[in-house]
Amino acid sequence: MSLKSDLEQLKEKGLAQIKTVDSTKVLNDIRVSLLGKKGPITNVLRGMKDLSAEERPQVGSFANEVRDSLTEAIETKKQELQTQLLNEQLSAETIDVTLPGRPVEIGTSHVLTQVQNDIEELFIGMGYQVVDGPEVEEDHYNFEMMNMPKDHPARDMQDTFYITNEILMRTHTSPVQARTLEKHDFNQGPLKMISPGRVYRRDTDDATHSHQFHQIEGLVVDKHITMADLKGTLEVLAKHVFGADRKIRLRPSYFPFTEPSVEVDVSCFKCGGKGCAVCKYTGWIEVLGAGMVHPNVIENAGIDSKIYGGFAFGLGPDRFAMLKYGIDDIREFYLNDIRFLHQFKVED
Amino acid sequence: MKISYKWLQEYINLNENPDVLADKVSLTGIEVAGVRYPDKGLKKIVVGHVNSIEPHPDSDHLNICQVDVGESEPYQIVCGAPNVAAGQDVIVALPGSRIADNVKIKKSKMRGVESKGMICALQEIGFPENVVPKEYANGIYVFTEPVKIGEPVFKYLGMDDAILDFDITPNRADTLGMHGTAWEVGAMYHEKPTFEQPELTETATKAQDLLKVAVENKAVVPGYYLRIVENVQIKPSPMWLQIHLWNAGIRPINNVVDITNYIMLAYGQPMHAFDYDKLTRKEILVRDAKPGEVITSLDGEDHQLDPEDIVITDGVVPTGIAGVMGGLDSEITASSKTVVLEAAVFNGTRIRKTAQRHNLRTDASTRFEKGIDTASVTAALDAAASLLQQLAGGAVAQGVLVGNDIHPEDAVIDIRLDRINHILGTELTLAQVQAIFENLGFKVTVSDTDLMTVSVPPRRWDISIEADLVEEVARMYGYDNLPATLPKIAMTPGKFNPQQRFIRRSKTLLQSAGLSEVISYALTTKTKAQQFIMTADTALTKLDWPMTEDHAYLRLNLVSGLLNDIAYNVARNQTDLAIYEQGRAFTKKAGEIRPVEREYLAGAVTGLVSGDNWAQDKQVVDFYYLKGILNTYLADHDYTGDISYVANTDRPELHPGRSADVYVGEEFVGFIGQVHPAIAKAYAIPETYVFQLDLSTLLTLPTTALVSQSAPKYPATSRDIAVLLPDTVTNAQVEAVIKRRGGQHLQNIHLFDVYAGKNIEAGHKSLAYSLTFQNPEATLTENEINEQMTHITDYLTESLHAEIR
Ligand SMILES: [Zn+2]
Repeated sequence: MSLKSDLEQLKEKGLAQIKTVDSTKVLNDIRVSLLGKKGPITNVLRGMKDLSAEERPQVGSFANEVRDSLTEAIETKKQELQTQLLNEQLSAETIDVTLPGRPVEIGTSHVLTQVQNDIEELFIGMGYQVVDGPEVEEDHYNFEMMNMPKDHPARDMQDTFYITNEILMRTHTSPVQARTLEKHDFNQGPLKMISPGRVYRRDTDDATHSHQFHQIEGLVVDKHITMADLKGTLEVLAKHVFGADRKIRLRPSYFPFTEPSVEVDVSCFKCGGKGCAVCKYTGWIEVLGAGMVHPNVIENAGIDSKIYGGFAFGLGPDRFAMLKYGIDDIREFYLNDIRFLHQFKVED
Repeated sequence: MKISYKWLQEYINLNENPDVLADKVSLTGIEVAGVRYPDKGLKKIVVGHVNSIEPHPDSDHLNICQVDVGESEPYQIVCGAPNVAAGQDVIVALPGSRIADNVKIKKSKMRGVESKGMICALQEIGFPENVVPKEYANGIYVFTEPVKIGEPVFKYLGMDDAILDFDITPNRADTLGMHGTAWEVGAMYHEKPTFEQPELTETATKAQDLLKVAVENKAVVPGYYLRIVENVQIKPSPMWLQIHLWNAGIRPINNVVDITNYIMLAYGQPMHAFDYDKLTRKEILVRDAKPGEVITSLDGEDHQLDPEDIVITDGVVPTGIAGVMGGLDSEITASSKTVVLEAAVFNGTRIRKTAQRHNLRTDASTRFEKGIDTASVTAALDAAASLLQQLAGGAVAQGVLVGNDIHPEDAVIDIRLDRINHILGTELTLAQVQAIFENLGFKVTVSDTDLMTVSVPPRRWDISIEADLVEEVARMYGYDNLPATLPKIAMTPGKFNPQQRFIRRSKTLLQSAGLSEVISYALTTKTKAQQFIMTADTALTKLDWPMTEDHAYLRLNLVSGLLNDIAYNVARNQTDLAIYEQGRAFTKKAGEIRPVEREYLAGAVTGLVSGDNWAQDKQVVDFYYLKGILNTYLADHDYTGDISYVANTDRPELHPGRSADVYVGEEFVGFIGQVHPAIAKAYAIPETYVFQLDLSTLLTLPTTALVSQSAPKYPATSRDIAVLLPDTVTNAQVEAVIKRRGGQHLQNIHLFDVYAGKNIEAGHKSLAYSLTFQNPEATLTENEINEQMTHITDYLTESLHAEIR
């Protein structure tokens, strides 16, 4: 039985050796010395031929057992050593995660563009088209088609930059109404449009006036568009821009191109209607003008106002942005101080 | 227009809190800008009687007054007013009182003399300077009618009132008179106003024997009426009249002038009075002014008249500017005896232009230009004459002198109930709508079950079509009562058009590359408008009448605006900037009037891309930084044509050695370069790089439709090549050669090094490229690649005299 006790001894000694190893190289040497072709286990197995037929399988299976447990021990130790090594390496690679990252600059969209995009997307979602129009307009479209013939007093209200007697910088986005109405084929469906863009007035620039500002015009024309539809549409707009809790209020007003005409107030988003400095203690803030398209505007475009009618509204992104962000000087939008512009990062 | 609550009560039964009334008026018709209570915040201000006065011993202008304020003992009050005198009934602010501007009056000593309170001027109890009668402007106010000593003064001065400030839209001039306002407010409360027309007694003297009247240009003077009142005695008006005027913001002058103003306020009909005796010829001729004519208006100003002005003349010489202001020569003065009263209708546009031309916007001109009630012209004239009779002892001559007679008619409009509900989205009944019209003073006859024939009096000249009536119904019914719905119509697809999508994508790309959007002014100076133009054959567009030279021309470029912005920021120590603008440039050919609007995109960078930090050295912007952004932007669009950059030394605003024109295929689309140092200096900006693209052109260029391909199955192989070249040879030339001889499997040319200096022959440079070859169908063999490389090197040597290293 000496072979078996040899194996027994070999196993004990081998396992003890493996246990104390602290490098993969030494571990490898042990593996070779114990399990290699010249190693003791191979030797034992070689000496098996001298054993009896009964003993041979017994010793053989025991030798395999010893080899397996040594192999397993070496493998386990190897994993252990590798993990240890990796941990040491990772530990040596430790960095200060609180150091700042490398700078990456992302540009911002102008706050007026943000307001405009927001409103465009709202109306696109309601099936409107976005129509662009010329900034240099004809008197014909800017005034006459909009029911403001020459000598109309309302022309004084919007002091105009003329280029010639007939050509001017548009004073509002309303001429796009006239241009679109003229071209629209009602056989293809109703007309639902908004038109954003720059407009110009002969004004001296100060905190509340700018010779250049922006407008967004809205127009819906079909066979049965009601003033209730206007109110509902503006309610959607007001809630979208100024918050879901907002209410709107229509007040009679006057525009040559709508009849009835209204000013639209939104309940103060600052105080909720109780009264504060933003709403001048009225609870309401005037945000836009609107009305039912004047029959003359419809007829001027060659459309029968007895059959077709609709509503129109006009709002100012500059005013919206000033209200929404508490900006008190309209010139900020056009001076482009980068510190001012960079505040407005979120396009919500 | 300042609306007195108490005056309104003379016409309608009104019992509403004035603040509530103001809100209601705002929501129903006319915006009320505010409500003023003249006696608000004032207290312990009473009528006092000056028993006696004696000069203050230590002052040359103060007087010591013993004033009866209704208590057992008179109060001793020191007063500095020059017009104080014994026997006067005056305004006394008692000790402990509050006067205007929340000033508290206390018992005090003035130069050693005790003073219990203060005798007040009207201004001191809150009257605006411009309504205080002239005789009291520089002193205390003295009551001229019986008042009770010790009583608060407010009721005697009409201060126990509420004044509503109507902010009238141009179409609602009917409320520029109290009668019209009473109709408007009455309709809100279902109250019908009543107006008392004063009785008029005429004398036997015939007006036509005293004065001839004629109107030359009847088209612009559709109504012209005169009355003559003799034996008029000029004096101050009674209190009730003065109160009506000053609460409406008009200064009382004398009875004649006050009556004309009062009638204007009541009827909305401007009224002019002038002195008959000052007419050189006893005739009135209304005509267009003649060139060169001059008149001195009541305010003492001389006016060069224009043939578009209408004038009142004595047959020869102008005595007044019609509808705007009377002439100084025929002014009513204290000695006037015979007064001519004029009530007329003048063409609104003519009056508006005259008022603008002479910078004379008056209460009269405002009413004429906005439109008056043509049905009440003679009623107003008669009422004025009657008041002259009552308040100035005048004798009204028989008859009205008519220069032109107007025949006002109601506007008759047919409208169906169904039509109103169709437009408003309501379900109003005939009775509801009819009541609204009738409350407004419109006559309604119903036929055919729901067809209303509505007669609108000339007072509401703003109403002439169906839509106008719909508005009356809507506002009187109340916009708050209107339902809120969304249009119930056929569905329409909502989407951006290709240009809108292109512009949105462009902005997103540039922002991702670190550029921030700016919006500059499209109107700029002549110099800046024509800098950085794309092509030389472009003409400028100028405003006919600019506000300032800073904004007089339409821009032909976007870059100059960006440079303005950079200058603005740099001046505020913001030196690292990357900005862009998307907007329009206004180009045109010489001789054309209307410019073409082209969508441009421009960017500018200056300073550092990133500053020094612990991890990396600072990176300064340069040509290639901006070019990288520009090229990434252009490459995003997948143009069919190649993007190329061609050096251009001729752009005057760019550094001649650092600027390039940008092409896509054969098409010029813009430029990139360093701002010329001279231009940079003019803008006061540091080294700056800019680009400008014509998006309108880019939008028209063909793009390659995407056909997706699987990721390559066979490996790619790279070969490096370094070439030594004369300085003058460009990278573009080398790349062109490589591309031409690279064969179909050359996938990519990557320039990884540019070197000049040590170990390189002077005037030469070394360029090193990594070339990638790939065959999607098979693995390329060493031989195939070697063969291709030989082609490339041979041709580089041959055509560019390159030395392969
Ligand atoms: Zn508020």
